Amino acid sequence: MPKITLTVNGKTHTHEVEGRLLLVHYLRDTLGLTGTHVGCDTSSCGACTIHFDGKAIKSCSLLAAQADGSSITTIEGLAPEGELHPLQEGFKEEHGLQCGFCTPGMIMCAADLLSHNPDPSEQEIREGLEGNICRCTGYHNIVRAIQYAAQKSAVAV
Amino acid sequence: MIPSSVDYTRASSVGEAIRLLAENPDAKLLAGGHSLIPAMKLRLNSPALLIDIARIAELRFIEDTGNAIVIGAASTHADIITNPLLRALTAMIEAGELIGDTQVRNMGTLGGSIAHADPSADWPAVLLALEAQIKVQGPDGERIIPAVEFFTGFFSTALDTGEIVTEIHLPKPTAESASAYRKFMQPASRFAIVGCAASVTVKGGVISAANVAFTGVSDAAFLDEGVASALVGKPATLENIEVAASAAAEGDMHINEDHFASQAYRKHLAKVYAKRALAGACGL
Repeated sequence: MPKITLTVNGKTHTHEVEGRLLLVHYLRDTLGLTGTHVGCDTSSCGACTIHFDGKAIKSCSLLAAQADGSSITTIEGLAPEGELHPLQEGFKEEHGLQCGFCTPGMIMCAADLLSHNPDPSEQEIREGLEGNICRCTGYHNIVRAIQYAAQKSAVAV
Repeated sequence: MIPSSVDYTRASSVGEAIRLLAENPDAKLLAGGHSLIPAMKLRLNSPALLIDIARIAELRFIEDTGNAIVIGAASTHADIITNPLLRALTAMIEAGELIGDTQVRNMGTLGGSIAHADPSADWPAVLLALEAQIKVQGPDGERIIPAVEFFTGFFSTALDTGEIVTEIHLPKPTAESASAYRKFMQPASRFAIVGCAASVTVKGGVISAANVAFTGVSDAAFLDEGVASALVGKPATLENIEVAASAAAEGDMHINEDHFASQAYRKHLAKVYAKRALAGACGL
């Protein structure tokens, strides 16, 4: 069985894993980080989005073994303990979540978008979230939440 | 969905990957894994060993060699669409931006996509239209396969057992040539129901060379000679493009049919998207 060492939310972990173990199951079941959700399980819905070496990816379509040597950030690691990331605050303030199932993936994808486009237009936000599906169809407020975070981050800088 | 049991190893060089592939006949190469892992989860594919080639540095680069842009096979779709060297190859950018979504483009690779040869994938049509040369390496050394000989059928390529795609060579456009890619996509998967890549050379307002390639239409991506030959020697006008595009996907060929699009509708879309891609390439 492959032995993997990776950094998740700043903490290094080493485990022996089955070759077939998906990264999302490693995060949820082995590390107990259940903020990352499994929605469609077919790389369509984006609920399992995490950052893999700084880039948004769908962790249901990656093996844990592929992440050996990588740095992973999940929704739990986006902000320091007890604080909200501007995106998390935006989703709260703008009512960006209804059932909340898609929210972690939406936030992680939006964080990737804002990292290379800090002031996106509404159209760019909608296009940037094309890989994330909200089953409550709450897209308007999700876009507003991301605009809130972009403005808040701009003020912070 | 859980794949069946599989061993995993990481190759540190192309040579090592070729050796591992030769020693393990039931092995599959893993790059971004965005075709292979979903197939394994559905148990459509159950290799005994995965040889991960995604981190082989010699496979992940994009460079200008003077007369061509060369892309290492493990370059991701995101690497390609964000690289300034590709900007003049408009069809590459337009196709890459329409593949999957941000997350998929961050993992999926050009080499993986063409080796998988999904009949609805975007890159094969673009590589055909741009007359790409595909460099592959195997136990017997290297060889170059022109794109037109590479895509041989339904999920089938000219790759021999044990060979790896290493580089994709794209001839640089001249001042008189341009390209475009347009697709009608399946709204959930974003795969092409019909995708069309067009490349044209226009001299003094007259089309002197044209390539029109389709994906999603038949069992493999193909160059549509009927459309291209109807254009050469004609002024680059919308009227001439429309007449030429009406010849798309005609003749004795298999046309795909599924619950999204009938054969008749796909043929119709091929003509519409040939027109749009050609108009885009001609700047009309």
